[in-house]
Amino acid sequence: MPKTPVQFRINGTDKAVFADGGQSLLDVIRREVGDTAPKYGCGQGTCGACMVLIDGEPHLSCILLAEMADGRSIETASNLDQGGQIHPLQDAFMTHFAAQCGFCTPGMLMAAKALLDKVPNPTREQVIDAISDNLCRCTGYEPIINAILDAAQNPSRRSA
Amino acid sequence: MLEFRKDLFANERDDNLNEVGKPTQRQDMAGHVTGRTPFFDDHRLDGMLHLKCVRSPHHSARIRSIDVSAAERSPGVRRILRGADVPVNLNTLLSLLAFGEDDEPSLATDQVRYKGEPVVAIIADSEREAWEAVSKVRVAYDPLPAVFDVEEALKPGAPSVNPVYTRNTFTYHDKYDHVKLRFGDVERAFQEADFVLEERYQMSPIEQAPIETNGAIAAPEVNDRYIVYTCAQGLFFSLDTTAKILDLPSNKLHFIGGTVGGGFGGKVDSLCEPLAVLGAMLTGRPVRYVLNRIEEMQVSAPRGAERHYIKDGVMRDGRIIARKMTVYFDCGAYTRLTSYGALKCVAHLPGPYTIPNVSADAYCVFTNRIPATAMRGFGVTGVDFAIECQMDKLAHLIGMDPMEFRIVNAYRDGDVKAHREHASNTALVECVQVAAEKASWPLSDAARAQSSLTGGGGERAIIPDTRLDDGGVRPAGWRPEGTLPPGTRAPSRPQVTPQPSAPRPPPIAAPQPTPASPPPAQEQVPAPAAPQTPTPPPAQSQPQSQPRYARTRFSTVFGTRRR
Ligand code: FES
Ligand code: FES
Repeated sequence: MPKTPVQFRINGTDKAVFADGGQSLLDVIRREVGDTAPKYGCGQGTCGACMVLIDGEPHLSCILLAEMADGRSIETASNLDQGGQIHPLQDAFMTHFAAQCGFCTPGMLMAAKALLDKVPNPTREQVIDAISDNLCRCTGYEPIINAILDAAQNPSRRSA
Repeated sequence: MLEFRKDLFANERDDNLNEVGKPTQRQDMAGHVTGRTPFFDDHRLDGMLHLKCVRSPHHSARIRSIDVSAAERSPGVRRILRGADVPVNLNTLLSLLAFGEDDEPSLATDQVRYKGEPVVAIIADSEREAWEAVSKVRVAYDPLPAVFDVEEALKPGAPSVNPVYTRNTFTYHDKYDHVKLRFGDVERAFQEADFVLEERYQMSPIEQAPIETNGAIAAPEVNDRYIVYTCAQGLFFSLDTTAKILDLPSNKLHFIGGTVGGGFGGKVDSLCEPLAVLGAMLTGRPVRYVLNRIEEMQVSAPRGAERHYIKDGVMRDGRIIARKMTVYFDCGAYTRLTSYGALKCVAHLPGPYTIPNVSADAYCVFTNRIPATAMRGFGVTGVDFAIECQMDKLAHLIGMDPMEFRIVNAYRDGDVKAHREHASNTALVECVQVAAEKASWPLSDAARAQSSLTGGGGERAIIPDTRLDDGGVRPAGWRPEGTLPPGTRAPSRPQVTPQPSAPRPPPIAAPQPTPASPPPAQEQVPAPAAPQTPTPPPAQSQPQSQPRYARTRFSTVFGTRRR
């Protein structure tokens, strides 16, 4: 099967891979790059478990062809903590019990990060809107919404 | 954050416990928020193959022929599995507990009984190649009549779904086609009731829909063992099921799991693990069998549909004096766990209320729908939906506030419910009071003064004469052989003194009961491991008068033990 060369930057590192025709970006990130933070939940753009940031914008990587990431910069949840320091969002998710099984969490965190990067002090409605592409079957969403609001509003957490 | 109402339940929890009752960080949280928790599908093994199934497009059909020749020549295909390749191609999950007959093949051979039933498994280099080969398998079917409704399935002449249970009902205790509950005399009480209300309720199947779909990765390990990464909810349950189906000693299997991306009951069926291990055995390579979302929603087992008929006799003052229920659980085509759900249902009836006359028949019925399984309180939550709808209708019927109506009928400490056990740690009265308070729902002073700790016991603790279907009568106080008389458990709260000070009149038990006589001494067995007095710290520990754990009594729960 013919392969297509694709180059992108992922979590600050340049990568070049050969993608199969029709291979999704999610598949390439998980299999070729080996970053398993983004998850497969549906493969059809309905659950948000595969959400990554591409040039800062949230995208569902399961319904993107790998070629479409060529020349772009991708960020996944495994890049949130830096040098042993966790991100304020991760800290808030931990204290608010915003993850139960943890399967939706990498996608949720990317949706939340995309929001906070643009809107540092969002309203509750903006938070709900930002995670409306992401399904969580465990938490009932309230702890997640509260965690994101807390990360935004709590300066000490932000400088954590 | 949880709210602990010590004002309501002062004796519920010792204050000197170190962990219980205090918030604590989960040990897996850091992995979850950094995306590093290893779920089963995050394991990538060299040379990993992918397994996909050919599934029945029919609800019921005879398989005339299976032609895999084109699939065999399809690019990337390494191995094709058929029913004949599965060492023990008939299983039922609870056979590990000697409950139920083996009735479900891993891969269908002669007949399919639900839409989506696996017939052939393809193992290929990639998922895509596996799917391509799936589309090249030719199965010739002769469609058969199917049945989708529980009551239709019980009618004479209905198509027989499952050859192990030809009458379309699960068999309890080797002979009964349903689970029966009899307590008091409902028919007599209906005659005495001011009103009788009969209603029908229907629950749809519910898909657990975990965000992580079901699956497993199996690989040959050293020393002839197989390593299995899985999201199974019951890891050792799944291991033993796999060992049984593959006819392997269980020490040949090394299961790694416990990290479940949402389960809710939908990951107990252990359908992926046996085929993945079989694939690894036959190819010598790691084999990954993961359901995609469509399979997860359409062929992995949901909680089954339920139909409830409830007939209640109620008095003008609010007391329910009789409740009769007929419950049909839609088991689908094969027994997974619904048979057990029906048992839970009957143990739970008549809900959290003290009703002196109760009768119930619960059926676990086979239909040509997707086999049903565990899901969040299955057997109880659906029944509670029906009961609580009925409670609202009854309150409306007699013109009583629905909250107060529940308080009037709530079970209380010291009561004996239809399961013939003493109720303890009851809390419905307080739940209703707090719910009313939070909803600013006006409750009368009398209702607010009620408590689960008072008003129970006494006449409400008497097991009544029970009318049997054959016209015979079980005398007051009768309990099944091998069960404890009520009240023999160590109470976890101060014993309720038999009231007369109760503001609520005791419900009228239709027959005039005589005091419960304790069963003969040899029938006494250790108490089941349940409400114990909180264990004091070792230094002050008292010699225990009862063993901590009861010996297993399959006879009362699961019927006859077969091994
Ligand atoms: S896996 Fe991409 S949206 Fe569900
Ligand atoms: S924590 Fe389980 S799906 Fe969100």
